[in-house]
Parts: sequence; structure tokens; C-alpha cells
Amino acid sequence: MSVAHASPAPIAAERPRARRPSTFTVLRWELRKLRSQKRTYLGLGIAVLLPLIFVLAQNLRSGHPHGGDIIYATYITRSGLATPVLILFWASAFFLPLIASLVAGDVVANEDANGTLKTILTRSVDRGQVIAAKVATAILYATAGALTMALVATVAGVASWGFHSVITFSGTIVSAPKGLLLIAAAYAFYLIPLAAVASIGVLLSTLTRNSAAAVVGTLAFTLLLALVKLIPGLEGAGPYLLTTQYQAWQGLLATPTDWAPILHSLWVSALYAGPALIAAYLIFLRRDVAGG
Amino acid sequence: MLARGLVKRYKEVLAVDHVDLEVRAGDVYGFLGPNGAGKTTTLRMALGLITPSEGTVELFGADPMRAGAAALHGVAGFVEAPRFYPYLSGRKNLELLAALDGDDARDRIDEVLDTVELAPRAKHRVGGYSHGMRQRLGIAAALLRRPRLLILDEPATGLDPAGMRDMRLLIRRLAQDGITVLLSSHQLPEVQELCDRVAIVNRGRIVYEGGLSDLRAQAGRGYGLRTDDDTRARQIASGLSDLEVGVDPHGALRVHGPEAAIGRLSVALGQAGVAILSLTPELATLEDLFFRLTEESA
Repeated sequence: MSVAHASPAPIAAERPRARRPSTFTVLRWELRKLRSQKRTYLGLGIAVLLPLIFVLAQNLRSGHPHGGDIIYATYITRSGLATPVLILFWASAFFLPLIASLVAGDVVANEDANGTLKTILTRSVDRGQVIAAKVATAILYATAGALTMALVATVAGVASWGFHSVITFSGTIVSAPKGLLLIAAAYAFYLIPLAAVASIGVLLSTLTRNSAAAVVGTLAFTLLLALVKLIPGLEGAGPYLLTTQYQAWQGLLATPTDWAPILHSLWVSALYAGPALIAAYLIFLRRDVAGG
Repeated sequence: MLARGLVKRYKEVLAVDHVDLEVRAGDVYGFLGPNGAGKTTTLRMALGLITPSEGTVELFGADPMRAGAAALHGVAGFVEAPRFYPYLSGRKNLELLAALDGDDARDRIDEVLDTVELAPRAKHRVGGYSHGMRQRLGIAAALLRRPRLLILDEPATGLDPAGMRDMRLLIRRLAQDGITVLLSSHQLPEVQELCDRVAIVNRGRIVYEGGLSDLRAQAGRGYGLRTDDDTRARQIASGLSDLEVGVDPHGALRVHGPEAAIGRLSVALGQAGVAILSLTPELATLEDLFFRLTEESA
């Protein structure tokens, strides 16, 4: 110690109770910041453009239904409701995780790089509230991306090919209203593994403090998982990979509903999301905010 | 604010080495040191942004590492440059921070914008603000919290002379309003003008803490002496005890000693018929003291 001058003890000031802001308030401002950034609209733009490009391409080749490895591909011109199913089938493995990772990977790292993390952490909110709001923001953005894609695909599909009864993965036909309900349920269920992707993105964002690394890292992680089951001898890992859960929603479009993949996907997704969120929370709580 | 035995190590680097600080209510406290001395790291620990390797900090009796945001009640400020969201306007940034402050912070936005004279530019995006405007917005953001302790890290850095003057006036006004100010700076005139107590830190260690006037008194006083017969005056001064006499590079006499000895000298000169044209106390400047202390400790 190196004090050259002894001073009387500081006056112990009274500490009046402060009305602390709620985590919801922090979330509201996180969403507001998100709305004000141009990059936010990049992911949503993908969600809008992808179905539109798909429908346009199919219209240009009308009369020649696309023959693919999914039953809906041959059904596309018979009901507009086949479009959101096909879009989900194709976008679930890459484009929707990409949209989710764009914000999840950026949500902490960007503030760290810009120095605004220290600005908000010297106010009246605890670190736990901040990270909770950021996780919620990342998941809500992923949800907005998926729902935008669903909405655009449904509207564009129905506008092109009508609101007709639609086939299920089992080959049975269901009425258009019921089909719409099942499609909504499928998208809603897909949000669970997508939330796990967002959680991993937030973890990498907290850990790396670098937006680009976190976004790319999240995508690389999911792509790596997709490759794992292609490795000879590791096929057995398939059911436990997050990427396998991307297709679990198909159980909802079977008649009768196939609950097995859905329930399996729930706990497997939780196995990825839970540790990622706990790690992100603990790292964020304990980290030194030395940048900016 | 009370810091005791604060240490921060980064692997092999000892950034802060057992720092003790005591900022009392009403102080305008200068925290001085060269770049890299450990000032900002100490302030970050004080605000709970980084965890001390050893030691404790208390803000109004609460430890920010244990109590979290609750310890920051009544405390505001910024470390290094204040940072804001460039894509939001100044007002929106303040609205955001007011929301994170709770209480009635939002009701004070207009008032603090007026205080820092940013009201006319409040609707403009912060991305287009000058450095000085961002510094002032940083003060405004701090004032939203109605602080009793304001921690400012190099608030005048990067400002032009007029901006520096305005910043000093603002800090003085806030201090007059009863806000305790902890001002980290390496701008010695700023500290000399504003602060009543200082800590000087070098290489992570406090080399002085206490009143600025005490520091200058400790440095010993010298007097410049002009007479109508400097040769005779020097002979007389040399004959008196407790006095050291010398000649500065310009040929003028300088005497060092306690006030009593200086008094005896003036009487002796008068009795010898040597007229004193001027006898001027020369206090060591803060700059002299700062370099003396930091170079001694290096």
C-alpha cells in the first residue's frame, strides 16, 4: 500500500431505495436498438426474398411441377399451402439458422466492440437482466425471421396456386384450413431447434467478443454437426445432433401426428440450448468489461 | 468511494498495485497519472466493470462486485470515452439510458440536455456528433442519474481549447451544486484548477494521496528576491541559519527556507540598508510535483 496521507472515513451516505427497471424494460430497448439498425433488415430481407424467388421460379416453369425427394414438391401447383412446407424443408437447414445467427452472434459482441456495454452496465440494471434481454432478443429475432418466411411463403403460394386442400407426409389429404393450422404448428415447432441455434450464437457472441466470429462460428457449428452424421461410424449420433432436429416438425404433418420425433427433438434441443445459455450467463456475469 | 488494497493483474502484468483511495463527500478529487499508470483500470474496478484480483471498493458503503447495479445508485460517470449508439439520436440514447436507470430519470432529459448545451442537436444521430459533443452527452447521461458521486475519466481529452474551458466550467458548476467529483486526468492545469484533493498514480501504485495544498507545501517553498544590491543581499542571506541562497539561470536571487528565516532575512536586509524591491513566494507547480513524484517512483 502506498498512501501518503491519512484521511477521515468518508461520510456514510444514506442509500434511498431506487425503483429498478424490469428485465422487460431492458428487452424493450434491446428490440428498439434492433429496429434501428440496418443490419437487422438483412436477415428479414432473406426471409422475404427467399419464398418470393422460389414462387417466381416455380411460376416461370409452370406446367412442369418440380420433382424432388419430398412429396410436396410434386404437389406444389395443386395448393398454395405446399409452398410454406417446401420453404421450411429447404430453409430449415441453412437459411433460417443463418438468420438466427445474424443477430444472436452480434447481440453481445457488437456492444462489446463499440464500447456501449460499459455504458449500459453502469446504469441501474444487473448483468443478469442484460444477458436475459439479449437472449430473448436473439430468439425473438429468429422467431420473426421464421414467421416472416412462413407468412410470405403462404401468401405468395396461395396467391399463385390457391387456398386448396393439401397433402401430408403420410400421403393423406387434409382440408386447407386444417393444412394451414398444421403448417403454423410446424413452423412454431421449428422455432425450438432454432432457439437452440440462437442460444449457441449468444454464447459465441459473449465468448468471442467478435460479431463476425460469432456469426460464422454459429453457422460453422451447425454445418459441422450436419457433416458428423456423414462420417462413417458416427451415423448413430444422428438422432442426437441439433441439425437432425431441424426436420422434426415433419412429424406434425403426418397423419396421424408422429409425436416421437417431436418429443425427441424437444429434449435434444434443450440439451444444446440449456448449457449454451448457462455458459453465456456465467461468462457474461463474470467477465471483465475492459473494451471501448 | 473507498478503495482498499486494489490489485489488478493481467497474467504477468500488474496493472494496479495495492491502490488505496478515499473520496469524501464534497471532494473534487483529482486522479492523476501518466498514460498506462492504471487510472482507468482502477476506475473500471470502482464501477464494477472489471473484477479486482485483490482488494475491495465501496461506493457509499456497497461493493459493486457483490451488490451489482444496486451499488451504483447515486454514482454515475464514464471511463475512457463515453460510448453511445451511433444510429440513435442523442435524445434517444438518453431515453434508453433513462429507461435503464428507472426512477424519474426520463423526466430530466430536457434538463440535462440544457445543462450540457446539447438541446439543439438532441434529435441528430450521435454518429454525426463531434468528439466534444459526445463528451458532453456523456456528462448528460451521467447527470440523468442525479449522481452524488460523478466519476469522469479524462473528460477534456480530445477537446479544443474552448471545449476544454467549457468542460472545466461545467465540472466546477456541478461541484458547486454539491456533486462529489472523481476526475481522472493527465491534464495538470485542469486538476490544479478544479481539484482540492489528489491521488497520483504511477505504474499502478499510488505515490501520493491527499490535499493539493499539502502536496505543494511538502515540496518546500522558494522565494524570488530582488534588491538594490544583490551581492550584499546574498552575503547577508548566507550568514543566516536555516536559509539556502542561490542564483537562478537569469541571475536572480532565490532563497529557500521556512517563513521565520525569510522574516529574519528581510529585517537583516533592512538593517544593512539593502532595499528589498520584491520578495515573491514561488510555489512548486503541480507539474513540477507530478514529474518529481512519478520520476522518483519510476
